[in-house]
Amino acid sequence: MTTRTQTPVEREELISGSEAIARACALADIDVVTAYPIRPYDTVMQFVSKLIADGELKCEFIIAESEHSQFEIVKHASAVGARTFVGSSGVGWFYAMEAIAVTAGLRLPVVAMVGNRALDDPGAFGCEHNDALAVRDLGWLLTWVSSGQEALDTALIAWRVAEDPRVFLPCAISADGAFLTHAQQMVRVPDKGLVERFLPPYRRGEFQLHPDNPITIAPQVNEDWLMEMRKQSDAAMRRARGVIVEACDAFERVFGRKLTPFVEEYMTEDADTILVGMGTLAMPIKVAVRRLRAQGQKVGFLRLKWFRPFPVEDVQRVLSRAKAVGVIDRDYSFGSPFHSGVLSHEVRSALYDAAARPPMVSFVAGLGGREVTQPLATEMFTIAGQVARSGRSDNETYWIGVRGKQS
Amino acid sequence: MTTYAVEVVYRGVFQKTLSRNICRGIVLAAHKEGKVGTAFGRYGDSPERNGVPAKYFAVVADDRIELEESLAKYEPKEVDVTICADDTLCRGLESWGWYGLQAINALTKENGTLIVTSKQTPESLLEDIHRTDTPYNLAILSGPASFSGLWVYKDDHTDVRILGALAKVLPGLVGLESYCQAIEEQWKSGAKVVSARRSYEQLHVRPVEPGEGSSAPRFSFEKPGWEEMKEALVVQGVAKGAGFRGGDGGFQAGRSEVFKKFSTRTMRPVINFEICTKCTLCWLQCPDTCFDVTPDGLYDVNTEACCGCGVCEDVCPVPDCITMVGEEHFKDNFSQYDWYQRDKEGYRQWLKGITAAQSAQKRSHGLHHWGQYQEELAAAGRGDNDDN
Repeated sequence: MTTRTQTPVEREELISGSEAIARACALADIDVVTAYPIRPYDTVMQFVSKLIADGELKCEFIIAESEHSQFEIVKHASAVGARTFVGSSGVGWFYAMEAIAVTAGLRLPVVAMVGNRALDDPGAFGCEHNDALAVRDLGWLLTWVSSGQEALDTALIAWRVAEDPRVFLPCAISADGAFLTHAQQMVRVPDKGLVERFLPPYRRGEFQLHPDNPITIAPQVNEDWLMEMRKQSDAAMRRARGVIVEACDAFERVFGRKLTPFVEEYMTEDADTILVGMGTLAMPIKVAVRRLRAQGQKVGFLRLKWFRPFPVEDVQRVLSRAKAVGVIDRDYSFGSPFHSGVLSHEVRSALYDAAARPPMVSFVAGLGGREVTQPLATEMFTIAGQVARSGRSDNETYWIGVRGKQS
Repeated sequence: MTTYAVEVVYRGVFQKTLSRNICRGIVLAAHKEGKVGTAFGRYGDSPERNGVPAKYFAVVADDRIELEESLAKYEPKEVDVTICADDTLCRGLESWGWYGLQAINALTKENGTLIVTSKQTPESLLEDIHRTDTPYNLAILSGPASFSGLWVYKDDHTDVRILGALAKVLPGLVGLESYCQAIEEQWKSGAKVVSARRSYEQLHVRPVEPGEGSSAPRFSFEKPGWEEMKEALVVQGVAKGAGFRGGDGGFQAGRSEVFKKFSTRTMRPVINFEICTKCTLCWLQCPDTCFDVTPDGLYDVNTEACCGCGVCEDVCPVPDCITMVGEEHFKDNFSQYDWYQRDKEGYRQWLKGITAAQSAQKRSHGLHHWGQYQEELAAAGRGDNDDN
């Protein structure tokens, strides 16, 4: 037994969400990072290259000739046992889609940052979630963060969960373009020694491509094999739930800060009306909750931190006691049931066999990076409140803040 | 309610159109009799690849409802007739769509028929064909392996001759007259109709009793559940330093125990070890990594892994060191190196004879100019439409 002589420290710094993730790269001591510029993700690559130039991080920094190569390179680096980081936004992420799909199929724990951005054309820098959501079915762990602090913390958790041999799945951290990637807030940056206690080295074991371990990966298979391989990925994604909980427990032991694994509940305990959303939408909605609470309205907000694996138990537990639930999508799914966004469908599906099934209503808000203002946040609570009073779901999907008629 | 199924076992690219024509001919002829059918190639096969064994199917039912029972399947569970237009496939075949060597008659029903185009006798063919537990019939259409339908080859009427033979062995499927009508419509050729009728008359059918045929083992393979399979799509390779047959010297590549691919081959390389300069080119260039490096630095062809592409013969800088020899000269996948080590003089004599026999032959895949096939037929003393 040794006595602790020194309490490891966290230092507060004024940094953006992108810089917070770059700092996490240095703390995690990544081996390979690849880059190709696209806003808003490109801020991360700039911060990572600065950390390398400043001598705070030693790693291979490879500027690829396209996003496709960018993601291919980390895929291969991960196969030989390198801890990797990569990222993109919007159509850049889409251009890498083939590599993105096989990275999950090959069970390679690449960690990526998606700076959420609308899909061009027309060219638009603003935030929409359709870029990251496009990979929701492929075996990527998907998480949405809402602050610089959460970006840094979640990145460390991402490597720990993705690289866990029970999981071995890639993880994408979604950060809303502009509101998170480009905004600086005070963030507690932990000491590297502290991070080492939290994040074990990446060991790929018998799956590592190495001359001493001659293996072939990615063989051609037919209908006799692929279904079993998909089932293995399914099992890994199921196991990831427990591994995320473990990681959050370990995070509290090491850093002394408590994290709820899957969701953030904001004044939901006695709420009649609960809005659900992801990412930086949380900010205006939480402000609206406080203001409406001050007027005596029982409203609350549920923020999903993880989208894959989907926190079905938390969603059922929190929402089944509400009188109405409104789901806010910063994305679209044209032609889908009720013409709502993707999150709304997932929440409806999760609630189908909940103990009590609350009436629901769907919102599409903040597309193209449009701000969700206080009047708009209040409007959503008002509509959800009407649903609570009527006791029946409203199958209209409300476009909040759009100019012109609803439908 | 009767559903009939027929398969054509063929070699990739060379016989792809031939097999398609046969199966489409069956379905179109069945249509003449008011029946409905489907024709399809086995999806997992790779029929554009040189020599790869592949399958084409025709399934015919009395009506649409009945046919639905045979749709959305990769292949029928069993077939009434198996057709093979290259008798080197009689030893068994391994397609890209499955694992391990399958018997040519694996799907042939009890009392069904195997139709082979061949110059061999039934007895000689039965030395190659796996034995079965149930009786079936072997029908031989006299003729060589046909590439009819491949654009550089002349139409030798093998497609319609097989349809005529089918009318004989499986009259319940479609009658000869319906085939003739369909042939007339499809090909607009009276000569092809005559070929079909002749084949119907001349077909030789021999009953095969259970137990007759080759005793070579049939392939079987237990597929594991997902929990037992290695994760992350990983296939174990050969350990570093693996020597020739597990020894200390030489080198041997890692190979699948269940996926061999050699039935793709119609020729194999034969090595003259005494003039080999150990230049490594065959070993480097072989696309299937089939050369094993022996402890004395020679290169032995692992004939279980060889697809017979002939690249080694092309790249070998020493004249007559590697010679591609037709598969009809071999019965198994023996090691030439072992024989050479055991009996140098005997090997020399065999090598001399086998390569001399080869000098008159052209490679099965080596078409270099327009009209070469016709020239080869003329050189072999055979005119057009050999048996028609």
